Amino acid sequence: MIFVTVGTQLPFDRLVRSVDEWAAEAGETNVFAQTGASQYTPSHISSMKFLGVKEFDRKVSQADLLVSHAGMGSIITAMEMSKPIVVMPRLARFDEHRNDHQLATVNRFRKLSNVFVAESEEELGRAIDEALAANVSESQENHDAREALISSISRFIDSAGPQMSFSA
Amino acid sequence: MSNEIQRNAGPRKVLAVASGGGHWVQLMRLRHAFEGCECTYISVNAEYAGEVSPAAFHLVPEANRETKLKLIYAALKILAVVLWQRPDVVVSTGAAHGYLAIRFAKLIGAKTMFIDSIANAEQLSLSGQLAVAHADMMLTQWPELSDGDGIQYRGSIL
Repeated sequence: MIFVTVGTQLPFDRLVRSVDEWAAEAGETNVFAQTGASQYTPSHISSMKFLGVKEFDRKVSQADLLVSHAGMGSIITAMEMSKPIVVMPRLARFDEHRNDHQLATVNRFRKLSNVFVAESEEELGRAIDEALAANVSESQENHDAREALISSISRFIDSAGPQMSFSA
Repeated sequence: MSNEIQRNAGPRKVLAVASGGGHWVQLMRLRHAFEGCECTYISVNAEYAGEVSPAAFHLVPEANRETKLKLIYAALKILAVVLWQRPDVVVSTGAAHGYLAIRFAKLIGAKTMFIDSIANAEQLSLSGQLAVAHADMMLTQWPELSDGDGIQYRGSIL
């Protein structure tokens, strides 16, 4: 199953429409899209505007592939669940976001083994094919960087003195 | 009437604050750091409470610099939690809610840490830039953004 998500805050009609058109062409029916505030209603794939957290997590774990806007939450979720993810950056000129920081996000994260980038509708089909064919796992480097950060936070907390309180 | 200074021995009280979406996801990736602490969470989605239960969770509205009224309401609620909980440490993965919590935490002498989102790969977020003057520790998740002064790199969630 391919799970598509646009996030909870802004519409992303361009992504939903691209996936819908791709599914029609590819004859792919096992696709579910969380469309959020998007206006476009897909005709070739199942969809729902919003999902509860549990339902969302369930869909992610059942998915063979995630397709998403280039939001950090989606990318991190994909890494945690070892799922390949195709990301399409939201663009400010289409009113898809306040600015183009999702372009910076895709440039930074395209080197992760599970991240595939479709910068435009035309690139979506190829990105999906590549993602479905890929083998995905967390690198030791990623693991170590996270452990280092967690240790730093722990040490910071330990070094904080307990709060003093006055009693009268 | 006598004034006695009482030291709270025992587990550190931590207040962990995150705005929604990626900010919360990143906080959850780091929560191992709070093991052994009494941790209270503040965020913007009621469903997040279940992820940290039985730890206390306080809900505040989603708010950023473009939603002034919600920001004021969120600020008041965060202030109330800080004054009531009196944490030893405030840790935040951003954004505006984290900045507010850190400002208020300084009023009670708590130690504060702001961890800029991994999404901010080119420069520190606005909340981070505002918080750097107030937080005891400001972390970026990209080594090239550390400046050997106020902004440090200690690792990343990915």
